[in-house]
Amino acid sequence: MILSLALEQLLNGLQLGVMLFLMAAGLTLIFGVMGLINLAHGSLYMVGAFACAVVAAATGSFWIGLAASLVCAAAAGAIVEFLVIRKLYDRDHLDQVLATFALILIFSEGARWVFGSFPLYLDIPPLLAGAVPLPGIEAYPLYRLAIIGVGALVAFGLYLLISKTRLGMRIRAGESDREMIAALGVDIRTLYTVVFALGSALAGLAGALVGALQSVQVGMGEPVLILAFVVIVIGGIGSIKGALVGALIVGLTDTLGRFLLPPLLGLVLPASTAGTVGASLAAMLIYIVMALVLAFRPRGLFPAKA
Amino acid sequence: MKKFLSATTLALGLSVSSFAVAEPIKIGLITTLSGGGAGLGVDTRDGFMLAIKQSGNKDITVITEDDAQKPELAVQIADKMIQSDQVDILTGIVWSNLLMAVAPGAVAQGKIYVSTNAAPAALAGEKCNPLYFNAAYQNDNLHEAMGEYANKDYKKIFIMAPNYPAGKDSLTGFKRYYKGDVAAEVYTKVGQTDYAAEIAQIRASGADAVFAFLPGGMGIAFMKQYAQSGVKTPIMGPGFSFSQDVLPAIGDAALGVKNSGQWVKDLDNEANKKFVPAFQKEYNRLPSLYAVQAYDAAQLILSAASKASVKDSKAFAAALKQADIQSPRGKFKFNNNLHPIQDIYVTEVVKEDGVLTNKTVSKIFTDHGDAYAKDCKM
Repeated sequence: MILSLALEQLLNGLQLGVMLFLMAAGLTLIFGVMGLINLAHGSLYMVGAFACAVVAAATGSFWIGLAASLVCAAAAGAIVEFLVIRKLYDRDHLDQVLATFALILIFSEGARWVFGSFPLYLDIPPLLAGAVPLPGIEAYPLYRLAIIGVGALVAFGLYLLISKTRLGMRIRAGESDREMIAALGVDIRTLYTVVFALGSALAGLAGALVGALQSVQVGMGEPVLILAFVVIVIGGIGSIKGALVGALIVGLTDTLGRFLLPPLLGLVLPASTAGTVGASLAAMLIYIVMALVLAFRPRGLFPAKA
Repeated sequence: MKKFLSATTLALGLSVSSFAVAEPIKIGLITTLSGGGAGLGVDTRDGFMLAIKQSGNKDITVITEDDAQKPELAVQIADKMIQSDQVDILTGIVWSNLLMAVAPGAVAQGKIYVSTNAAPAALAGEKCNPLYFNAAYQNDNLHEAMGEYANKDYKKIFIMAPNYPAGKDSLTGFKRYYKGDVAAEVYTKVGQTDYAAEIAQIRASGADAVFAFLPGGMGIAFMKQYAQSGVKTPIMGPGFSFSQDVLPAIGDAALGVKNSGQWVKDLDNEANKKFVPAFQKEYNRLPSLYAVQAYDAAQLILSAASKASVKDSKAFAAALKQADIQSPRGKFKFNNNLHPIQDIYVTEVVKEDGVLTNKTVSKIFTDHGDAYAKDCKM
């Protein structure tokens, strides 16, 4: 019983990590290539979830909704890049933070204006509903397994894209020297728009996948955005590999902390105090990990070369 | 002689209570209209405004502002409303932590505060105040009801709430009436959206039921994930977790869940039969608990306004305390600590014509007050 619980919690941590990776990958890609801090990344996550919920409600198919979330988030990202972000590349980070923070407010209030303040309904597709038995575990939700699968696919796809394709070569070149790549005749503006749309699509995908598990509502992106920033700070800003490792560390730390801390504290404290103190400590745990990583590796675990 | 006559008419006019006192009243409605908790604030505002509109009272001005669920913002708005708008009454705050930041200051400045939802224990006991009214309940009440209900069928319950004051009040309230064993007492992060770790613990705990207090988006996320987890342990909770504002988003996963409320849509009384269709007609959706509570708060203010001048806060408070209203809840009166004494029901989530809603199962408490009233010296 104890072993199966521990296994299940490990899997839960893995799943949370994979979900965070989808968010963090886009964020770190955009930062790595363009040097841009994009606070509005959480809004693109929300766009993905809303698009999926609305389209799934209209068509009755989660899968069409999922496709719509990719398209809408990528389109929203490309439009935002073209209208706003483009003006910010040469500005310092404070201007970028201010402008993208303004975008959060615009997206949130815009979504409220269109969809209202009440959460939307989005459910798991029947194909992935229910739980399946796994070796050592009584039953595990199929949908969460599917999220782990999607995350692994995305990680592998990104690896192929960046190390094996021409676009990936340009992205890497853009990361190390953007003036030089422009001088070599690469259309850097289009490259930036493509990268931004790609990062946005990943955020939209995460939003749609997670929206089916959680509630689709205005403001859903910001808590995830904070975690995604923790992930890329731990992993090393600008590094996809760092984002993957950082996401798994954060996912596992958070889940195992919530699961283990209260009973461990229960050995030394009375039960009800252990519950609240343990819960508070668990909430802090990932930030403690981040502080430790920063103390010993100020540029993160896998610093990008730039 | 003429002078004498006009003076008597004036005196008579003032003493006849059914005449509305033609005196302008300014009400400051501070509630959450943006961010994740906005659904609750929108229902609060709409319920309140429905009662004002139905009264046709032209002397009442309501100034509405959004607190974005931030205590510091709520305090700023309250200061502005008291100092520059010169409101007479404040109301509308949904969250206990915001209320604690605003209400004590407002009543200290001689303003009346009528709470439409938040009801922290701290303001119900020793620190009760003659100008602070609560039209909703005391925070513990709906949890107490579920504790009492759980005694009937369950021996070992897994209890869970977010780690903040109302969450602790919740589990305290539950345990005040529940007599069986507690399998585990788990506190989650406020605003947490992933409950996989807690669901795994529920599976391993061997509990025969789960009591979860997770309002708003937290409850939606938990219920959807629970439905997919393959864990079959029955769930129950206070009405907030399964109120009309979140049910459509949870979907069929909520069907059959037992919860509690001091108001249910199908309560058989005249006021309720008028209120529900009126709300539906005005806003094209079903009302939630929050809407009813705000509706009653507005009714209370309207009834007091017809009896006393708001400039005389003592007299106005005395008129409020009479609670001379027809509440959709049925019976309603104030306790010595100015929190309600009312009936509390256990309800079940059902589907009616394709819409998820609650129906009454049984009355669990009759004329229920709260555990803190005895510490209030009023």
